[in-house]
Amino acid sequence: MECAISMRGVVKRFGPLTAVDGLDLDVPFGTCVGLLGPNGAGKSTTMKALTAQVIADEGELEVLGYRLPEDSKQARAEMGVVPQLDNLDVSLTVEQNLLVFAHLYRVGPGERKAAIERALGLANLGDRRNSKVDQLSGGMRRRLLIARALLHEPRLVLLDEPTVGLDPQVRQELWALIDRLRSEGVSILMSTHYIEEAERLCDTVTIMSHGKAVAIGAPHALIREHAGAEAIEVYGPPARLTDVETAARGRGWRTRRTGTSVSILHSNGATDLDGERRVTNLEDVFVLLTGEEIT
Amino acid sequence: MAATRRLGRLEPAALQGVMVREVVNFSSFWRSSTFSSTVDPTIYLLAFGFGFGSLVSTVAGYDYVDFVGTGIVATTVLFSGAFPAMYSTFVKYEFQHTYDAILAAPVDTEELVTAEALWIAARTGVYGCVPMLVAVVFGLDPSWGMLLVPAIAALAGFGWACFGIFIAAKAKSIESFSYWQSGLLTPMFLVAGTFFPLDKLPTWAQVLGNVNPLFHCVELVRHAVFGFEGWEDIGHLAFLIGFALLSWRLAIRFMERKLIL
Repeated sequence: MECAISMRGVVKRFGPLTAVDGLDLDVPFGTCVGLLGPNGAGKSTTMKALTAQVIADEGELEVLGYRLPEDSKQARAEMGVVPQLDNLDVSLTVEQNLLVFAHLYRVGPGERKAAIERALGLANLGDRRNSKVDQLSGGMRRRLLIARALLHEPRLVLLDEPTVGLDPQVRQELWALIDRLRSEGVSILMSTHYIEEAERLCDTVTIMSHGKAVAIGAPHALIREHAGAEAIEVYGPPARLTDVETAARGRGWRTRRTGTSVSILHSNGATDLDGERRVTNLEDVFVLLTGEEIT
Repeated sequence: MAATRRLGRLEPAALQGVMVREVVNFSSFWRSSTFSSTVDPTIYLLAFGFGFGSLVSTVAGYDYVDFVGTGIVATTVLFSGAFPAMYSTFVKYEFQHTYDAILAAPVDTEELVTAEALWIAARTGVYGCVPMLVAVVFGLDPSWGMLLVPAIAALAGFGWACFGIFIAAKAKSIESFSYWQSGLLTPMFLVAGTFFPLDKLPTWAQVLGNVNPLFHCVELVRHAVFGFEGWEDIGHLAFLIGFALLSWRLAIRFMERKLIL
């Protein structure tokens, strides 16, 4: 067993819709893997399949060496889950929320107090322990959700869109928290549609589109392979952008339209083009591979 | 090589975890819950006991206040069992997403449903006794059999709680509770021998009364207080156990359909 998570050929259909369509996914122990894709790519369904809240129609799933769905409960006992939707008990205090989950995660009676203190410390919520959840800010609530998933010191943590809907500054606080977990050797699977989040935190990224993995690799390797080192960003009126696109494709370069500009990729070394040179990023890769803009 | 360690079904640790959540939450709303569960039946008791009781002095061989006082124990069990189960299950599923969080922990749907129903059953065991104690103040003679009433109330309460969870699992929206409420629960509430005996009703109503779990609860409570009737009460008890088991499995089956996709 080298992988905390291993999925092979996983398929999940909801009526006529195939949400996950033959997905392979590995999360080696001690790494942080990102599931990157736009809304509707099948990320959340994949996450739910890992806790057996979604039962796959086909394929094999193993989490921490346990086969799913039959041994899912044992796997859930050893992992922590941070959901996309805030499901804290809002009428309870921060500490009461943690107490409830210390019980649900079967932290022994002698260790509960210490586990709660540790989680409060991790989430930096020690001075808000007696605050009711509905008095907390969005960022604090998200930190509490993460702390709640860490009470039993899991070896694996699933984070479903951990920073969605948060201010950039709050997002960075959460990144620091996730990065700390990673440095402590916790295996992490994180779904996100924020490119920067995946680039910063993930050792490898699986890009999902329409339920399939369309590329797998380290962020910088994916960028090099699919987008080249440098992009040229050309701005102008729509007619000019169309001309630029035609010319670039004529020379065998790939382009992507981003509303007000055209990005020309793989044009390394070309000096005869007017435009801003910029470093390529994961978003370029995503758009090239899927034809979709990330929203 | 997959690991083979496997956790069992209906583990005490999982049941306890879910119940701790209920108990901690209850600490923030016990006042309102206790108010409605105790004041409602007391009002019924006073209204029927004294309003109707001034017209009728005895019913089926009982003083009317004694008859109603014991009957209302069972309706309290219905109201404080089925309704909280319906509404809290629906709210936790639809609005608070509580079940998502619990099922991501080592808890299965079977344990979730069982623990929530057990907790409601424990509450109905206590709330069910309130109208009886009020009736004692108004002249019902205390008896040793009253000590069994909490257990009867808890058993019936477990059945009603599971039935309420089943309704919530079937409901597409909270509005659809009206159909169950008006179409099933209210008729059950009235045709149960609580306020008037069934044996003077037409045969079809008596037959309906006999498949109504509330009727069996009413009879069992009344006989516990005034004296058991042997086999007849074993029949009532068996019916309540059967109702609880059936509702329990139905609640689990339909909650699984709703929660596990």
